[in-house]
Amino acid sequence: MRELIDPFKRLLDEHCPPVMVREIERGADWRPAWSAIAESGFLDALVPEEMSGFGLSLTDVAPLIEAVGASAMPLPVADTMIARALLARAGQTVPDGPVVLSTGSFPTLFAVVADHFLTGDPGNLQLIPMTEAASAIPGTLDRMLACPNTGLRGIAATLRSQLIAGAVSRVLDLSIAYANDRQQFGKPIGRQQAVQQQLAVLAELAVSARICAAIGMRAGLAPSLRAAATAKIGTGIAAERVASIAHAIHGAIGISEEFDLQLLTRRLYAWRLADGSEGYWAGQLGKLVLDDRPVSALSFALAE
Amino acid sequence: MKAKAQIVFDTLELSTLPAEDESLRAPLRALIAETVVGLAPDRRARSWQGFDAAFSRKLGANGYLGLTIPPRYGGGGRSPFARFVVVEELLAAGAPVAAHWIADRQSAPLILRFGTEAQRETFLPAICNGEALFCIGMSEPGSGSDLASVRTRAEREGEGWRVNGQKIWTTNALHSDYMIALVRTSGTPADRSAGLSQFIIDLNARGVTIRPIADLTGDQHFAEVFFDDVLLGSDALVGEEGQGWAQVNAELAFERSGPERIYSSIVLLDTWLAHLGAVGRNDEATAGLAGSLLARFMALREFSIAVTARLVAGETPLVEAALIKDLGTSFEQDVPALIGDDLAGHPDEALSADLYRTLLYTTHVAPSFSLRGGTREILRGIIARGLGIR
Repeated sequence: MRELIDPFKRLLDEHCPPVMVREIERGADWRPAWSAIAESGFLDALVPEEMSGFGLSLTDVAPLIEAVGASAMPLPVADTMIARALLARAGQTVPDGPVVLSTGSFPTLFAVVADHFLTGDPGNLQLIPMTEAASAIPGTLDRMLACPNTGLRGIAATLRSQLIAGAVSRVLDLSIAYANDRQQFGKPIGRQQAVQQQLAVLAELAVSARICAAIGMRAGLAPSLRAAATAKIGTGIAAERVASIAHAIHGAIGISEEFDLQLLTRRLYAWRLADGSEGYWAGQLGKLVLDDRPVSALSFALAE
Repeated sequence: MKAKAQIVFDTLELSTLPAEDESLRAPLRALIAETVVGLAPDRRARSWQGFDAAFSRKLGANGYLGLTIPPRYGGGGRSPFARFVVVEELLAAGAPVAAHWIADRQSAPLILRFGTEAQRETFLPAICNGEALFCIGMSEPGSGSDLASVRTRAEREGEGWRVNGQKIWTTNALHSDYMIALVRTSGTPADRSAGLSQFIIDLNARGVTIRPIADLTGDQHFAEVFFDDVLLGSDALVGEEGQGWAQVNAELAFERSGPERIYSSIVLLDTWLAHLGAVGRNDEATAGLAGSLLARFMALREFSIAVTARLVAGETPLVEAALIKDLGTSFEQDVPALIGDDLAGHPDEALSADLYRTLLYTTHVAPSFSLRGGTREILRGIIARGLGIR
């Protein structure tokens, strides 16, 4: 996989560096960046080989999605990878241009910079052109699509989980670097035990998010409720707490526009809310638990 | 510094328990059921504090102890995955495993790795049979988290050693045959980790006095142990003189990484789930709590299997073990707090005395979950160092 990840990261760095992320968020033309990514072929990483894709599994592709999360990419690159795989497998026409997954009434992320949205369920996909009628939410790249169909919520939630894992690992790196660099009271703030304890918790949450996301990825393009819920609950909790801790460590510079931390933490908050928060998924999983009446937590875990 | 953080990220991958180890579950469950069938849930909630030497011998006779020890020493010759499955089944059932717990988890791997051939041949077969019970002598009255400050001392006496000093909070000392103690063999406490060594001390030796200490539940699982001119042979030293600190740290990776760091409150969780079924409660708030706890449990279990895979690969995952222990014990402590709020949040619902006693027991011992085997604050210091914080 190394031979895929490194070129992919270079592609993201080259065509969507932080300065471009900010410009696209302010309304600049995103098509050139998108074209470069589309031409690379990576968008078909999950499409079967006989349909001229890479034929990779979601677990294989997880590092690529992680890289998208870590890059603060303002375009639905990962959504489009999933959408193209689902459409190709269903024998449906795969459109050019970015596609977002939409699974409910809650705002759909990056719908302003997409040509289509995909909804329905894996057996009955609905690819709908993004009309101007679907209202953009001012100050965001999101739209209210009021999509009644929740069939793709599981795969969308596992996708958000992997994006969160990527952003969180980058936030950890930024926080470690800052704690070693920033001097107060005549020494790096990382020497303060209180800061070390915060960083340790951040690291725990980052590793935990990575494990939870991997549980989701392992379940493939049609994940079980168990897998999707475990992934989104763990990463949703991590997203919120990691963002808070990272901002606490960075102080005022962290909430400034010019510092890259905010690009990542804003996405962490957004991905936590997208496609069902940890509260939603806990309710869904809990209903399954209470209906199943397992003899033990272990037997429930082993039943997957 | 980035490279170091990367180490933890790159090595912890999901892993799958091999089918040949999964197949251990069914026969083991049958054997466990014979012992736990009559135990009330608050007894089962004691889990690795529950002492039953006959049960441990039965596990040994059936090949469930010393699973990772080579067959030539009486062990199972299997991987840490096999041990994970067996330990998980024992803990999930709330089986009384205290008698063999420390010998099987820490002492046997330590003796295998650092012991002499004679020590291996003497102790490993007995541990694998559930017949040699060990405790660990680390804490002292003045040495808790600051373990390197231990003052108990072993001095050369002819070919052997003379030990004086005191250990405290030693789990199961009263019932154990041997203690593996960390003591000072040279220098002073100011020399910190230099000059420490590990010894196997026969607790029946002259000069050893053991006094049990009752805990807040009334149980007497730990004790203080006094050494008054205790004479040891030259064969009591484990590993190299002066290398005790490095050996103890390797041992602590075993102590911190196992599934026991997510299972301490599992009997309460399972008893609560059974209660919900019995009273027919399935509203949204209840489902949310059940789902949240089960999701955390399942994620931690995968995390623990991922750390076990590092043991299988022959590594000593110190930082990973600290990560899983802190996350796992937080879950274990949240379980009684959240279930207590849930049950008392339904004051008009019928509650069995068994569930109430299980809730109280787990609530009372929960603070110890993040003390034993290294406190939360110490673990977070280890993690911060692992991140390359300078």
